Amino acid sequence: MKKIEAVIRPSKLDEIKDALGIFGIHGMTVTEVIGCGLQKGKKEVYRGTEYTIDLLPKVKIEIVVRDKWVDEVIRIIINTARTGEIGDGKIFIYPIENAVRIRTGEGGEEAI
Amino acid sequence: MTRKRTKVLILSLLVIMGLMAIFTTAAWAGDPTGANSVGINSVTAAKAGAPTLEEVATDLGKTKIGLNFVWVILCGCLIFFFQAGFALVETGFTQAKNAMHTMAMNLMVFLVGTIGFFVAGFAFMFGGVGSVASLGGTAPLNGLLTIGGWNLLGLKGFFLTSGGSYDAGVFALFFFQMVFMDTTVTIPTGSMAERVKFSAVVIASFFIAIVAYPFFGNWVWGGGWLAQLGGKLGLGHGVVDFAGSGVVHAMGGALALAGAIALGPRIGKFKKDGTPVAIPGHDIPIAILGTIILFFGWFVFNAGSTLNGSDLRLAVVATNTMVAGAFGGFTSMIYMWARYGKPDPSMMCNGALAGLVAITAPCAFVTGLSSAIIGVVAGILVCAAVYVIEHKLKIDDPVGAVAVHFVNGSWGLIAVGLFADGTYGEGLNGVAGGVTGLFYGGGLTQLYAQLIAVGVILLWGAGVGYVFYKVLDLTVGLRVSAQDEINGLDIPEMGVKAYPDFVLTASHTLAAAKAGAVAITPAVQMEPKGV
Repeated sequence: MKKIEAVIRPSKLDEIKDALGIFGIHGMTVTEVIGCGLQKGKKEVYRGTEYTIDLLPKVKIEIVVRDKWVDEVIRIIINTARTGEIGDGKIFIYPIENAVRIRTGEGGEEAI
Repeated sequence: MTRKRTKVLILSLLVIMGLMAIFTTAAWAGDPTGANSVGINSVTAAKAGAPTLEEVATDLGKTKIGLNFVWVILCGCLIFFFQAGFALVETGFTQAKNAMHTMAMNLMVFLVGTIGFFVAGFAFMFGGVGSVASLGGTAPLNGLLTIGGWNLLGLKGFFLTSGGSYDAGVFALFFFQMVFMDTTVTIPTGSMAERVKFSAVVIASFFIAIVAYPFFGNWVWGGGWLAQLGGKLGLGHGVVDFAGSGVVHAMGGALALAGAIALGPRIGKFKKDGTPVAIPGHDIPIAILGTIILFFGWFVFNAGSTLNGSDLRLAVVATNTMVAGAFGGFTSMIYMWARYGKPDPSMMCNGALAGLVAITAPCAFVTGLSSAIIGVVAGILVCAAVYVIEHKLKIDDPVGAVAVHFVNGSWGLIAVGLFADGTYGEGLNGVAGGVTGLFYGGGLTQLYAQLIAVGVILLWGAGVGYVFYKVLDLTVGLRVSAQDEINGLDIPEMGVKAYPDFVLTASHTLAAAKAGAVAITPAVQMEPKGV
């Protein structure tokens, strides 16, 4: 099992969710996050005083999948999230030791 | 089945429509235009339909004064809505962590202000105003503290009881003037927001409602020495302030200035080298809603100040108010757009309010075109003032209260001395002729009176206000602790958050579980499988 953590543009969330749904993945955890990276902040003026918005809003999706699906899921995310501009986001992959479904007590790949 | 139901439905509709047609054509005893409801029969008379001249005159008097009462009380009700506007503007321009504190201050000042004005403020302000003819003649208000022929303070109407002030006309005057006074009390809460102690604002609000506002108000509106400048020294009509650019707004703005200086800036507002840091408000849309509510309230704030529903000048007043507010907001929008690249919505709000504040004194005395010019100047003044106050004077005013109310309130007073066209204000403050400013051949005398008022506001509002806030600081303390300011004032000051977290905290869950709302243990015990 692997956990795929994708930090993406907020506007791309629905598209990715739909694409993953077609592939058969319906379970995910979505968080609104802010962060910074290559995409530099921008300067704005509030009441005559300049300020920088350098932490930009992003959406973080966490999905745990079987090992064999990892490459395909990453391909789907890249293809839907990419605009080609700086600020498209990043994907991180983590190994997962185990998973438990709380309702039934099932463990392992059956639980995801 | 469905077709049958449809047939029944259509049939019943036809029956209803047929009945309606019959009822409509039948000429029953209604009076749809109201034409028959008025006439000689509606005059109260001993012999119905044949009133004596005296009975006709009595009814006419009742109608006239009744209209004025309805006008004054209804306008007072609408002006009360100002409180909602101020609450939303101030809360929208400040941070989410202090929203409960800022909002609660805006309600509290009305409660405290009413008590203070009821106990003594009204008496100090209007206790010697004499008889208000448009409210049926309020004879009892004739107590004045006078030194050397100059009137300094009213002395009748304490608790709306003393000196026979239990009088319908006096009560109407109190109702209307109270909502005016409360505007002055609420203005400083904006400049002091996000760092002031709630308890200090309670005490300060009593001070404003009983001393700061009524004393100056008496001098201008209660027949006091500033109003006497015309009759005694020949300075035009004395200080002329139709609906309170000076009495209400510049005074509130001067107190806001004093409070902001006495408190000092919010933590993090200025860098070590003095450069200001922008702290954007957390809800500008709600501030815009507040601005629209204030704009709405301003129509009656100014037009209601005729205290007279049959003084047709009220149409000029309301329209001038609308024009100046629009020109003010538009000018600020264009100014910010041209200078910084975007039409800063928060300054559009401040600009509209600046135009409205500025027209409040001259609204009854100037032409539509003059109103537009007054609004344009206000729109530029407010942008420049916000910049100077923050970047040059290093004063932290989160909502722009000083720039809007003090600077443009003063501008409004001065504008009377420049633009008053002489068509209104005959006999005002006992001086013959209409109020006439410099540009309409009135010379400099009216302008001098207006400038004296601005000076007195600076001394009385900002000067005495600063001393008061400093004394308050040394006694009960003016400012919250740095820790509370950083964490937000909602919990330490008010005990409740404006926006509680959406995730349940541990204590919430435990309390819910103890109350039986959440099961702590699952119904079926099971061991993990395949782990």
